Parts: sequence; structure tokens; C-alpha cells
Amino acid sequence: MQIIDILISGLLLSGTYALVAMGLNLQYGVARIMNLANGEVLVFGSLAAFWLYTSSQISPLLTILIVIPISFVGNLLIYNLLLAPLVRRSKSRGALEVDSILATFGMSFILIGIMISIEGGFFAYKYLSEPIQILGSTTSLSRLVAFLIATLIALVLYLWLNKTRSGVAVRAVSVSTEAAGLVGINVPRISAFAFAIGGAITAVGGALISTFITLDASIGVVFTLKALIIVIMGGVGEIRGAIIAAIILGIVETTVATLVDPGLTLAAAYFIFVLILLFRPQGLFGRRNA
Amino acid sequence: MFTRTLKKLATVATAMALFTSGVHAADVIKIGAIAPKTGGLAGGAVVTQWPNVELWVNQVNARGGLDVGGKMMQIELIEYDDKTNPGEHIKLAQRLATQDKVDFIVAPYGTGFNIATAPIYGKFGYPMIAVSAITDKMEELTQRYPNLFFTLGTTTAFVQGVTEILVEQRAAGTIGNEVAMVNVADAFGIELADRARELFAAEGFDIVYDKSYPLGTPDLSPVMKGAKESGAKAFIAWSYPPDSFGLAEQAIIEDLDVNVYYSAVATSFPAFSGVYGSKINNVLGAGGTNVDDPAIAAYRAAHSEITGKTADYWASANTYAALQILEQAIVGAATLDRDTVTQYIKDNSFDTVMGDLSFKNNFSDTFWSVGQWQDGVFRGVKGSNVEGAVNVRLKDGWK
Repeated sequence: MQIIDILISGLLLSGTYALVAMGLNLQYGVARIMNLANGEVLVFGSLAAFWLYTSSQISPLLTILIVIPISFVGNLLIYNLLLAPLVRRSKSRGALEVDSILATFGMSFILIGIMISIEGGFFAYKYLSEPIQILGSTTSLSRLVAFLIATLIALVLYLWLNKTRSGVAVRAVSVSTEAAGLVGINVPRISAFAFAIGGAITAVGGALISTFITLDASIGVVFTLKALIIVIMGGVGEIRGAIIAAIILGIVETTVATLVDPGLTLAAAYFIFVLILLFRPQGLFGRRNA
Repeated sequence: MFTRTLKKLATVATAMALFTSGVHAADVIKIGAIAPKTGGLAGGAVVTQWPNVELWVNQVNARGGLDVGGKMMQIELIEYDDKTNPGEHIKLAQRLATQDKVDFIVAPYGTGFNIATAPIYGKFGYPMIAVSAITDKMEELTQRYPNLFFTLGTTTAFVQGVTEILVEQRAAGTIGNEVAMVNVADAFGIELADRARELFAAEGFDIVYDKSYPLGTPDLSPVMKGAKESGAKAFIAWSYPPDSFGLAEQAIIEDLDVNVYYSAVATSFPAFSGVYGSKINNVLGAGGTNVDDPAIAAYRAAHSEITGKTADYWASANTYAALQILEQAIVGAATLDRDTVTQYIKDNSFDTVMGDLSFKNNFSDTFWSVGQWQDGVFRGVKGSNVEGAVNVRLKDGWK
């Protein structure tokens, strides 16, 4: 009974974590932007869902359809205007990482400021928080819906990256920008596209997460940190890795919370993170020397 | 020639500066306010702290300002965001005192912030009427910082209020000896939970589920499942804003079968009832107010009208009362001299929305400790020197 509870709650939590991390994985893995404003983009999605739901009763599931194009275009603009100049002038990957960390860190404050001017308090609302039973374990419908959409996004992303021509181009850029450029791939365009898709996924995740977690404009950094752990654990630029890492984190945290003490969930998460850094520094699915 | 012109210019500039600053000082009183607008405590501060500062400044200026020794002075508010970062707050406090040269300050938001900034505000002699600060170390702190005042009660008083309810309900037979208790693993939650362990044990209660969870835990379902499993008929959570919402959500999902359900901070927020509506009827929480009191009712109406927000059902009124104390002390002392005003606060009693308030050893012993959502209104059920407490009702399902 308790095992079922742990598995169900853990898997659903993994869905949340996957939503938090898949976008950053694309942005960092392909576009090579260590986006510290990842959490703020997520909270933006939450704010949109909260705002549309409380002002005009639009279901967060519909909001997603609005959030996708807006966040896609928004992230595309951010990349082209703010980040592309950094990419062009950076001499090495390391230099780009430092520059992008600083630029997106600054950007996160701008995003927080904008969000606070819209809503300074908690994004408190309730949507689909009805209890449902899965294999005898009680959970909320909103978490299940978020999990299903996370699974769908992961599946589509995986198929796109592995079964389509454009997906192969994206993976090629993630392996090596120089080599990808040599074989005729438009690296700047693919990078911008990957960054924008990543941002859109993150914002969708935010809209879904807001149905069961009460957020506020400043909470983004919590999600950025979680996303960083998952991306690094899974291996940079590897969707499979991010998903497996999300599942591990979700299951382990729930197990510890149920069997040991909820106070130790963070400790357990960081413990696993340290183990992976020690024994597989490139991440679960990462390539050596990538 | 050039030097002479320069000298002339300098003289004119100095004269102008003197003149304008002279005019300035005559009818403006500068009040500084630093509290979170971003960061972890922002969600609470924009409900409890900022709207009351806005309301008070607005009302005082609409009345023509403060009468300081026969001179009407308008309030000029200088506000900063401390980003929920004590280091940032201290830097800004320094700025308020040395560059903005404010006459008085509004005490910070949050227990830790009031304690962390007491030395710097003390150094500049600002009277500091703390509201959102609950601790058992008041005596020690006020001895060290004689300019620091407390108005919202002690940790023990808050736990005491909950303990009284548990004892009463056990006597009435609605709960047994078993209590499920959780707390957020943060200074505030830990201090309250530690105190609760002592007080509950002293009354013979058995804490059958006693767990903490980190601030910002994304999934509280294991916590609630564990509490449910324990079978206790009383659930107590020493929680913070995001998790007070999260715990209520999980309690609804799990259909937690208890007669007493208590969560601490943010339970008294209008948004809490806004989100969960009738489902959280009869939920107990930290704070409380007496909406039937005419002074409180008038205050709440003005709060909604001027700030466009509903006041919370706890520290909002205390925050406003603290500003009224500052106002009346400045007017009463008839000076902007901070030491005189501080002394005036110690020696006098003040007519506020919370009733007559006065300080004994820098501590005002008038506050609500426990309230309960009863049909859409969060009413005080336990408090100290407050009137209008209603009877506790039993939690009856989550419909």
C-alpha cells in the first residue's frame, strides 16, 4: 500500500520535475545558454494561468495554448536580441557560459520586476484539485493532468529529436557547433529555435504547476536550482537523461518523505546529485568530454 | 574675474540650497519603510505590510499631515525593497539614515528582519515598533535595544492558544490524546514546534506524527498521507504562506478526517478563503480579528477603499495600529526628536484600531493568537486582552 503511494506520488512529482527541467535542457544543451532566468520564465507561465483563470475563468489547459506561441516568440526575441551577440563574440564555450549566466541572471530580475507589477502576492487559485484514486492511492487530478502533459511533451520531444531531420540537426548542434556548421547546418538558427522551444516548454510547465503549487513572482529561483540539478544529473543536452533524472529525484524524494522524514528530502536530492557528480560527472546520459 | 563669478554662483547655490531645504524641513516629515517586495517574504509583505503603510500615509496626508508642535507636516514616504535579504535591508537602512535622513521608520517585516536590523536602527535611535515579529527572546532583545517594541505576541502565546483549544476539545471528547504535528524547517517553524512539543507534552498529549518539511517543498502529499495514517483527530501545522496553501490542498485531496485543523501563517489571508471557499470552513489559523468591532470594521473598509485590497484577518490591523502609535507619539511628543518620541511610546497609552495599547517593558500584550474561518470570515477565537472571541467550531469534512 505504502509502496503504491510512494510510486504514484513519486512519479507524479517526477512529472513536475520533468516540466521544470526539459526546457533548460534544450537551452543549455543545444543553444549553450545556461539560462538562470529559467525559473522566472516558468513563473511567467504560472502568472498567465493564474491571471487568465481569476480574471476571465479561462482554464489553465487552454492558457497553455496561448502561452506556447507567446513564450516561443518572447524567448526567440530574447535570444536574438540579448543572447546572440554574446554567442557571436564568445571565443570559447566557457566564456559563453560565464556571459550567459551573467546576462540571464540580470534578466531574471527584470522578469521578476515585470511580474511583481502585475501581481505582487500569491498566485492562489484552484483548478482540478479534485481527489482521484490510482491503484488505491489518492492524488489530485491536477497533478495527474500535469504528469500526462509532461509525458506527452517528453514523448514528442524525443520523437522529434530522434526521428526527424530537424531533430537530428538540433542534436548535431548539441554535439558540436563547429562540425554541425561544417555539414551545412544553420547553427545560429537552430540554436535560437532550440532556445525558444525550451522557453515555451518551461512556460507551459509553469502554467501546469500553478494548478497545484501556490507560487509568487519571486519563487523562480527555486525552480531554476531544481532544473539545474536535473539537467546536470541527466547529462547536458540529453532529453532521456533529464527525464530519468527527474524520475529518480521524484521517487527518491517521495520515498524519503514517506519512510524517513519529509525534512530530509532536500538532503536526499543533493546527496544523489553529489554521488552522480562524483562517479559520473558527465551525467547519466552525458558524453565524456562533451 | 572667473573666480569671483564662481564664488558668486556658489553663494547663490548655497543660499538656494539652504532656502529649499529650509522649506522642506518645515512641512515635510520623512518616513522610511523597507520591506520585501521581492523574494521569499514578498507574498506576505504585500498583503500585510505595504498596503497598511500606503493606507496610513494616505490618510494622514489627507487630514493635512501630522501636527508636530503646532506645525502641520505632510508625510513623505521613502520606500525600498529589501529583496527578503537581511544584508540588503541593513544597507538600505544605512542609506535611509545617512542619505535620505528620514525622521522615522516603519519596522521591518518578519521576525528575523526585525532582530537583524535592531542594532542599526538602534544606532540611529529610531523607535522601532515591530509587528510581524514573534519570538520568546523579547525581554533579552528589548533590554539590548531599548528602541525596539513588540506588538504581536510571543511564540509561547501562540502555542498556548493552540494548546488551550486542544485541551478544551479533549475535555469535550471531540479529540483524543493524539495530535499530528508538522512544521516548516525554518527558524519560525522550528521555534514554534519546539515550544509546542513542551506545552503539548505538559498537557498529556501524544504527538503521534511529528515531522518537518523544507521551505518550498513541491509535494506535501507524503506529509498529509502520514498525518492521515496516524489517525489523530487534531492536525497542527506550524507553516508558512506557500505551504499553508499546499497543506490545505492536500487535506482536501486526502479528505483528512480531523476535528481540529490548524495551519499557521497565511491562513488568515483573504486569498486562503478565496481559493478554497467553503472547503476550508472551520479551519483554524494563526491570528484572528474581531470584524464586529466598529473600529476594526471602519479600518477594514478604509483599507479596501484606499488600497483596493482586503486586509488580512490578523497582522494587518496590528500593522496599522503600530503606525497609529508612531503617529500619536510624534504628535504627543510634539517633536521630531527620536529619543523623546521613543520615551513617549514607553510612557503613554495609544488609541488604535486594536483598542488602547500601551507598552510594558516595550511589549504590548494585546493581540489575537488563534482565529478560525467561520462562514467566510476569519474570527479570533483565542487572544490576549482582546474582546469578541467566538467559540471554536469543529472541522467537519472538506466540502
